[in-house]
Amino acid sequence: MKVRILVSFKDSVLDPQGQTVKNALHTLGYQAVQDVRQGKVFEIDLAGVDLAGAEKIIPEISDKVLANPIIEKFTWQIIEDERP
Amino acid sequence: MKFGVVVFPGSNCDFDTYHVLSDVIHQPTVWLWHKDRDLRGVDAVVLPGGFSYGDYLRSGAIARFSPLMPKVREFADKGGLVIGICNGFQVLLELGLLPGAMLRNKNLKFLCQHVSIRIDNSQTRFSHRGTKGQVLRVPIAHFDGNYYAPPETLKEIEDNGQVVFRYCDPEGRLTEESNVNGSLHNIAGLMNKRGNIMGMMPHPERASEAILGSEDGRIVFGSLISGF
Repeated sequence: MKVRILVSFKDSVLDPQGQTVKNALHTLGYQAVQDVRQGKVFEIDLAGVDLAGAEKIIPEISDKVLANPIIEKFTWQIIEDERP
Repeated sequence: MKFGVVVFPGSNCDFDTYHVLSDVIHQPTVWLWHKDRDLRGVDAVVLPGGFSYGDYLRSGAIARFSPLMPKVREFADKGGLVIGICNGFQVLLELGLLPGAMLRNKNLKFLCQHVSIRIDNSQTRFSHRGTKGQVLRVPIAHFDGNYYAPPETLKEIEDNGQVVFRYCDPEGRLTEESNVNGSLHNIAGLMNKRGNIMGMMPHPERASEAILGSEDGRIVFGSLISGF
């Protein structure tokens, strides 16, 4: 099973990199862009794990390692699910 | 007082720190390798600056899983003195030994320059050799030094007097301009509630000898070795 995890800053935390990207897009004339939040993407291969297992493991590793819960949040989805 | 300087892969202020502790303030000092599981009987642990594990994932995030870190936590829990400088501060935040987190500097630049910092609390194990309001000249060198804590945590930190140093102008005023990295409340150095763990982004070990332009950093090391 392949899982994609997206880590980004919480809404309450200022994201200076996202702000800078937004300003660059405005400079290029994309005035429709209202906001940009930058984040990190992790693609993780899991072996021998069913959906219930992934639902246990992914939030654990996201909270413990991939994201810093003080400033970041995460979402995740299954992108490949090989059933035997 | 016996000091231990922790060495991670990517530490680069470890030798400077060791030099100041052993040759400038003349204290017995040992290396503590990150893979060790023994603190070798030290009285104080120093987490030096650098780029542990290449700053992969987040600054300090991987160093936190080093085999030595549970020993450091145990030592700190018993009231042992721990000081984290720059990357060491980031490691202490990731370990949860100090509250809050670091964001990228507000101007998105790696900042390498001398700054002024003000002693905000001189009744601490890390600053009692100085006086409240005293302005120190100490260098910084970091990308992620923009201190953040949620409002309720920040209030607690302030109410408990945990802020040891704040970025200021040369006259000691807390201005927006002098707050070079954008830290909340101009926070440059912070201790835990109990007062035995401190992290600071400025490098006192780079300002402990006249030949380097400032000796103000010795207030930190001098405070550590003299009774409080």
